[in-house]
Amino acid sequence: MGSLNTIRDTFFEECEDLLAALSEGLAAMLGGMLESETVNAVFRAVHSIKGGAGAFALADLVTFAHRFETVLDAVRGGRLDADADLLHILQRSADHLTDLVEAARNSEPADPDASARFLANLEACLADGGIADTAPDQEFSFAAVTLDFALLEPADSDHPTQHQFDIRFAPRAGLFANGHDPALLIATLAEFGSLQTTLDLSRLPDWGTFDLETPFLDWNIRLTTSASETSLHEVFDFVDGLCELEIRPVPEPVLEPQPDFELETNVPASLKSQAAPKADPLDPAADARAANPTLRVALERVDRLINAVGELIINQAMVAQRIQDTALAADADILAHVDDYRLLARDLQEAVMAIRAQPVKPLFQRMSRIVREAADATGKQVQFVTVGEATEVDKTLIERLADPLTHMIRNSVDHGLETPEVRLAAGKEACGTVRLSAAHRSGSVILSIRDDGAGLNRPRILETARRKGLIAADLDLADAEIDALLFLPGFSTAASVSNLSGRGVGLDVVRNAVTSLGGRVSITSIPGKGTEFTLTLPLTLAVMDGMVISVAGQTLVIPTISVLETIRPAPSDLHRVGTDEVLLRIRGQFIPTIDVARCLGFTATEDSGQPLLLIVETENQTQCALMVNAVHDQRQVVIKGLETNYGAVNGVSAATVLGDGRIALILDPDAIAAPRAAPFAVNAPHFPKFEGASHAG
Amino acid sequence: MSIKVLAIDDSRTIRGLMKKVMEDAGFICACAVDGEDGMARFAEEAPDVVITDINMPKLDGYGVIRSIRGGTVNRTVPILVLTTESADHLKARARDAGATGWIVKPFEDEVIVSIVRRITGARV
Repeated sequence: MGSLNTIRDTFFEECEDLLAALSEGLAAMLGGMLESETVNAVFRAVHSIKGGAGAFALADLVTFAHRFETVLDAVRGGRLDADADLLHILQRSADHLTDLVEAARNSEPADPDASARFLANLEACLADGGIADTAPDQEFSFAAVTLDFALLEPADSDHPTQHQFDIRFAPRAGLFANGHDPALLIATLAEFGSLQTTLDLSRLPDWGTFDLETPFLDWNIRLTTSASETSLHEVFDFVDGLCELEIRPVPEPVLEPQPDFELETNVPASLKSQAAPKADPLDPAADARAANPTLRVALERVDRLINAVGELIINQAMVAQRIQDTALAADADILAHVDDYRLLARDLQEAVMAIRAQPVKPLFQRMSRIVREAADATGKQVQFVTVGEATEVDKTLIERLADPLTHMIRNSVDHGLETPEVRLAAGKEACGTVRLSAAHRSGSVILSIRDDGAGLNRPRILETARRKGLIAADLDLADAEIDALLFLPGFSTAASVSNLSGRGVGLDVVRNAVTSLGGRVSITSIPGKGTEFTLTLPLTLAVMDGMVISVAGQTLVIPTISVLETIRPAPSDLHRVGTDEVLLRIRGQFIPTIDVARCLGFTATEDSGQPLLLIVETENQTQCALMVNAVHDQRQVVIKGLETNYGAVNGVSAATVLGDGRIALILDPDAIAAPRAAPFAVNAPHFPKFEGASHAG
Repeated sequence: MSIKVLAIDDSRTIRGLMKKVMEDAGFICACAVDGEDGMARFAEEAPDVVITDINMPKLDGYGVIRSIRGGTVNRTVPILVLTTESADHLKARARDAGATGWIVKPFEDEVIVSIVRRITGARV
């Protein structure tokens, strides 16, 4: 077993689980689930935190957890009613407990004002219920331990004051049954000094009524020791009530009684009624079974593994390509092996990704706190509903989603929901609802934040955007386009900035955070009914399915997830509008086309004739068609960040290495299809080109 | 002959501490994560002493004590109760249930080792 530091780390890891269980249990209680198992689980979580904190002498944590636990114990015992007010206090106490754990973990002092306030809140609950609080300090002092073991040290010559005690020890029924052994108690006494023992056989029955499990032997003991009478009583603390005990100091050291039977200091455990213990070697497998069947591994190790698997997949693609290019391709055996290799590499990659996958539940639980705080700050009543907590997402995604989600949740409570008065006037319930959901959909994760508030105020958004010069004054926009204005940099709904969500962070920051994760964010709103933000994210950040395409002689990759359809249009389906806009007519609809080569600033090196069109969906749910020269392949590509190695390039999300060793850029369809965007080439004269660049021979 | 301890506690932290303290003292320590697991391990390990938490899911510490004392195998094994409460009525309750002794959390290494030695007859 590891050092104390390791166990301390274990404690804080365990605290995370316990705090999650606490938060979950309280949420269930709030939802009306007040049966004893729920309340017990909540109690146990706090109790376990207190227990562990005590072991590491984390006084603030112990003090607070103790009072918290006292209130929960009262709820458990039916002495306090778990009404909405109490649950409100309990939830905030859980939040504070989280803060205290975090402070302790970072060895920082806790906020004393907050602690005092929360302690007072809990005390008020107890006082309301007429319940006395026990002082944690008393219970937690080490003095509460029953034995003074310093006194078990053999009396040394520095303690010349020897006293004599006469001890009568008469075990009674229950002493054996409770696992006690009189010989061991006498042996303990022997450690205090020298001992003379007289066995009293007077209670011994005849064989007919003899019962092995009832003690019949009594002892009269004379002990010469420097220890106090109290410490001798403490030896018998555990058998109090299971024996008759008299301890009397002997006035003068006279009159040695004749011992029938002298007990050695080293008492053989012969009186023990149990079989001698078998010294089985510790079975490590059995021990592993006792713990949770999980393995905690440093993230760094997993990342190393993922990186290696990423390289393996590149290597696999290169080997496959090489074989394809040589005469070996004619050998069916080799091709079969290559195919196995590909499948194995893919299995391996999926298995590794599964290690990193974690349920979004802890993230969602953190959000419930954000909702509570936002509700308190704005004076609104909010019910927080979560759906799909078990949905598993890459750990990095979870970490990096915390900030955007926090912002959007605050936004929903602050700007989305109305005050209770306004809601009542509008014929709604006073308590608004914020619903956070997660689900898997065809290789991506969909997160949505939905409120049942007033919906977006589109006239105001439009007016703000015009005033700030973000759009032309006469531009006529569809509803979805107006909603998308919220994500523009520099757009801040100044008229409604509040302390809470208006922290100088606009939704554009949220959008950037999401797109940097390879995701999209969209918004829908129905006036009077509410607003919904939807985040579409890739399952993993390391690998994705991509289409290998070529544009003006460059090989590029576009995420398969964003391509809805690939078509080769008939010339008659393309309609030129104005000077340089081309519309595609498809199934009776016109959608704009975007020339990817021009957009990225490539110069066409060849005229490949009829272009291909990839239809993608933009973030405001309209479609557009990207014009490319060819689609070569659809394959899994390993994502290599461009920003760490080169710099951010508009229109490009990352790079990858293809099977032949060439580097290919991965397109960011959202950025390319951004509505009415100017060609990037104008703004990005440093656009990198990888002609002739080669990764590996 | 090494003393074998069975520590039953739903807290990973306490199990970790207990295992460290017991192994540092030269004992063998097996752990169980709740009362039911504890009973299963009790049957497998035939420990010399059981140290159990009270508040646990599935089967609490009192349940563990009653199950061991009411069983047929090794039923007079010493059982120590780990408790955060030192109140007398809780001790009385543990004793009435059949506990041999109790240890008040937070425990000090030497104290718990001494108690285990004393109660099992293992001398230094």
